[in-house]
Amino acid sequence: MRTSRRRRLEERVFKVLMLASTVIVTASLLVIVATVVVKSLPALRLSMLVQTPKGGYYLGKEGGILNAITGSLYLASGATLLAVLLSLPVVLYINLYARKKSVLATFTRFSLDVLWGIPSIVFGAFGFIVMMTLGLRASLLAGIITVGLLEIPIMARAMDEVIRLVPASLTEASSSLGATKLETALKVVVRQALPGILTAVLIAFGRGIGDAASVLFTAGFTDSLPRSLFQPAATLPLAIFFQLGTPFPEVQERAYASAAVLTLIILAISLGSRALIKRFTRHSIK
Amino acid sequence: MRRLKDLIARRAMLVLAAVPGLLVFLMLFGLLSRSKAILALKSFTGLLFGSAWHPLKGEFGFLPFLAGTLWVTLVAMVIAVPVSLLTAVYLSEYAPRVIREFTKPVVDLLAGIPSVVYGVWGVLMVVPFVGNVLAPLFGVYSSGYSVLSGGIVLAIMVFPTIIHVALEVFSAVPHELRETSLSLGATTWETVKHVVLRKGLQGIIAAVVLGVSRAFGETMAVLMVVGNVARLPKSVFDPAYPLPALIANNYGEMMSVPRYDSALMFAALVLLLVVLVFNLGARLILVRIERKVE
Repeated sequence: MRTSRRRRLEERVFKVLMLASTVIVTASLLVIVATVVVKSLPALRLSMLVQTPKGGYYLGKEGGILNAITGSLYLASGATLLAVLLSLPVVLYINLYARKKSVLATFTRFSLDVLWGIPSIVFGAFGFIVMMTLGLRASLLAGIITVGLLEIPIMARAMDEVIRLVPASLTEASSSLGATKLETALKVVVRQALPGILTAVLIAFGRGIGDAASVLFTAGFTDSLPRSLFQPAATLPLAIFFQLGTPFPEVQERAYASAAVLTLIILAISLGSRALIKRFTRHSIK
Repeated sequence: MRRLKDLIARRAMLVLAAVPGLLVFLMLFGLLSRSKAILALKSFTGLLFGSAWHPLKGEFGFLPFLAGTLWVTLVAMVIAVPVSLLTAVYLSEYAPRVIREFTKPVVDLLAGIPSVVYGVWGVLMVVPFVGNVLAPLFGVYSSGYSVLSGGIVLAIMVFPTIIHVALEVFSAVPHELRETSLSLGATTWETVKHVVLRKGLQGIIAAVVLGVSRAFGETMAVLMVVGNVARLPKSVFDPAYPLPALIANNYGEMMSVPRYDSALMFAALVLLLVVLVFNLGARLILVRIERKVE
């Protein structure tokens, strides 16, 4: 009987530990978001979102972070576009053209997994080398290239997961009607997997807009709005980092506010993509 | 005409499909060729285990930074491994559907939060907590910007990685095995302990290794809370200066000091090599598990 009591005790203890762990994981998200949002309230004003930094902004004078918001949006959009152009063909190829178990497909999937694990600071350093080789200087374009490369594994892996799930019967039906592989790929597979593909794009966009270490070397920073691909562009993560680094409490508060803005953008993107899935899955063939 | 289009598309896609693999090699090659200038001066191990860091005098010893990275990663894993694994077990074996449906998106969102935001949160909450509460509790002084703060922030950042992989691993354990164990009178926890965890051991190792490699390269969040003092930390309350933080902090001046840029590219190369080895190992294990399931 004693052993049975011990067994039940062990069961209880671990169940409590597991529940506690799950609570810790869940609560950390809430605590992080809540802390940042609450701390940002004193500095968060509309004027901050629609103005660029005026003279002495980093000393606590007037201005806002519009330069960083637009810079980040441009940079992440460009990078995401680049990543789509590179990822979608790769994923279509390894799923439709390559034979099952083909060496290239296995190798490509493996490389994507490995790329996914490479830290963004290494992408930043590599982007810097590419920049030097191409004779570019720190600019919006260099940032787009670096972040685009960073987004490829994130996007391609997510796309691969959904495109793999497209039933073979659909592609076979399309081929038997005389469609070429390309027509099948674009008109059947992409359409069927569209919600998943869009989610993959949004996830990658979110990752791109939030990454700081990769743009540190490559995109530069400026107080004005981005005007050309060949000029430096400000980004939101770096704006947060720089404002927090000043010794002035007013400016640090703006860093919190900027962090809240970035967090809300990211949350909106994730929640938006979830809604998208729900909405679009109605149209795909089950 | 249609066939021609298909042919062109097929060729173009074939070329692009080689891009991911090529990119890994290009990164290695690029970083290696940029590190040559510093490697010509000193050997690989001499750089890694030298402890003098005086760029102006041309002395580049990475030991303090390497130690900083290892310390922070270790602390993070001590926290993250048990918490993530227990959460994964709970979600896969115990949790009612409602809780599972609620927790999974939360884990996804946690993975999506940018590292600067983690950093800001760390500065707002973790650093004061370590400096004003934990350090006095242990009778030591700490500014709060310390290995421990870095480890705590980092632990939360690797939760999603470990939880995701562990969940996949657990779901690959056949249901029949669980049912057999339960029908023999084992409790759920005993089934987990003797069947799920044992069957999934390799996969769990892979999950932890992926977590370690994620922690190893994380830059901005750690940089913001860890203090960045280039000395060997003696306790978790001391500041440290991890390798990624070194790269990120000095990009501005690296072009004006001779060989500094090469030294930083060498640091990036070391990071890449470590992460590559860890990832290759973990992925090979995971691919094997996936094959078995199929």
